[in-house]
Amino acid sequence: MALRIGCAAPPGRALENKTGAWRVFKPVFDPETCSRCGMCALVCPEGCVHETEEGTFEPDLDYCKGCGICEEVCPKKSIRMEKEEK
Amino acid sequence: MMEIMEGSHAVAEIVKRCRPQVVSAYPITPQTHIVEDLAQMVANCELDAEYITVESEFSALSACLGASAAGSRVYSATTSQGLALMFEVCFNVAGMRQPIVMTIANRSLGAPLSIWNDQQDSISLRDSGWLQFYAEDNQEAADLHMIAYKVCEDHDVLLPAFVCFDGFILSHTYEPVDLPSQEEVDAYLPAFTPYQRLDAEEPLSFGMYATPEYYMEFRYEIDQAMRRAKEAFIRAGREFGEQFGRDYSALVEGYRLDDADTALVAMGSICGTAKDAVDEMRDAGRKVGLLKIRTYRPFPGPEIAEALKGVSTVAVLDKNISLGNGGAVGTEVKSALYGSGAAVYDYIIALGGRDVRKRDIAAVVDLAEKGEGDMFYGLRTEVL
Repeated sequence: MALRIGCAAPPGRALENKTGAWRVFKPVFDPETCSRCGMCALVCPEGCVHETEEGTFEPDLDYCKGCGICEEVCPKKSIRMEKEEK
Repeated sequence: MMEIMEGSHAVAEIVKRCRPQVVSAYPITPQTHIVEDLAQMVANCELDAEYITVESEFSALSACLGASAAGSRVYSATTSQGLALMFEVCFNVAGMRQPIVMTIANRSLGAPLSIWNDQQDSISLRDSGWLQFYAEDNQEAADLHMIAYKVCEDHDVLLPAFVCFDGFILSHTYEPVDLPSQEEVDAYLPAFTPYQRLDAEEPLSFGMYATPEYYMEFRYEIDQAMRRAKEAFIRAGREFGEQFGRDYSALVEGYRLDDADTALVAMGSICGTAKDAVDEMRDAGRKVGLLKIRTYRPFPGPEIAEALKGVSTVAVLDKNISLGNGGAVGTEVKSALYGSGAAVYDYIIALGGRDVRKRDIAAVVDLAEKGEGDMFYGLRTEVL
């Protein structure tokens, strides 16, 4: 990405900051036990948990920072945080 | 036409003729008369600008930043504690590359509270990315505003500038000033063409977040723009000379430096006193000259080295102190003259409005020629 004077940017450029690189633990979603309540998507501070075609949920690991809030709120305990080896 | 007027009024009159579209400032001594004059000019429809009244200097410069990003030519003025309150916004204005021009009526910083002159305020913003120009008299103060807009708005530069003139010593002093007419100013300074601006049709954010992969490169680009400002200043100063007969193409200006053994180096109004002192010393047969620094940022290091070639003793007059080290100008002049063989001494002088007379300048030259320096000059040891 070439720099633009004044660090000016049109809308959407923040998508180029792949904040997933900050992660230590990654969330692993289990669609088998998921009740499809959507709490994980509601609480995600990065807005990177999306509903799949089946109605369950999955994170976008390009942006997931690994904060673990989704794991904390999941009433079915179907999300677990796993140490990620890079 | 030459008129006798107060320095602040001369600045307000020339700013009016530079046609800023937005003015935002918060009154503070000794800058007050400038912004009072401008507020009145807007109220009287002599100046077609938005005058945004605010509750602090932080808000004043923030309003200026927004207005500049929206594509307006913008003006502000402040001093001392007011500039200190703008500290954060100053860095943002430079980082977002907004060509705002702001007058600094130089004043000391508290504590202890002092409304009198030194240059600690603008010097303390040395690393903020603002160009810094220092005026010797009110004519130069007025002229430097026109030059500042031209340099800042140059698309090779796109940085803000302080035009610094000594509080009270210049701001409240009546001097003859030749103010160009509106038509003449228009001929020199065309309407502002923003490089990019806030526009609802093509949304843009300024000063966005930069990860460690990008931050250093942004800082590098600001530094490069600052360095290009030297050439832009020389161009703008030369054009000014061609149109108005007063040439500002030099970043530093020598006074009776030819064949000088000892050179004084100074910025701002103290140069006037120093020139008279140099004349008297020359009359007494002493080979003394003065080098005036007009642009503190970008710093004219090579130009200083060139101007002081052959000088054996250099005495720098610093109206500021980087506590725990020395004067900011002296430190940088020493760096510029590194390896030249000249003995460079720094004198902290005139802090908080302490008067400097011709005999003080002569005393500094005596000290330097005796090899005594890097000190506060004129300390009242009886109160210590």
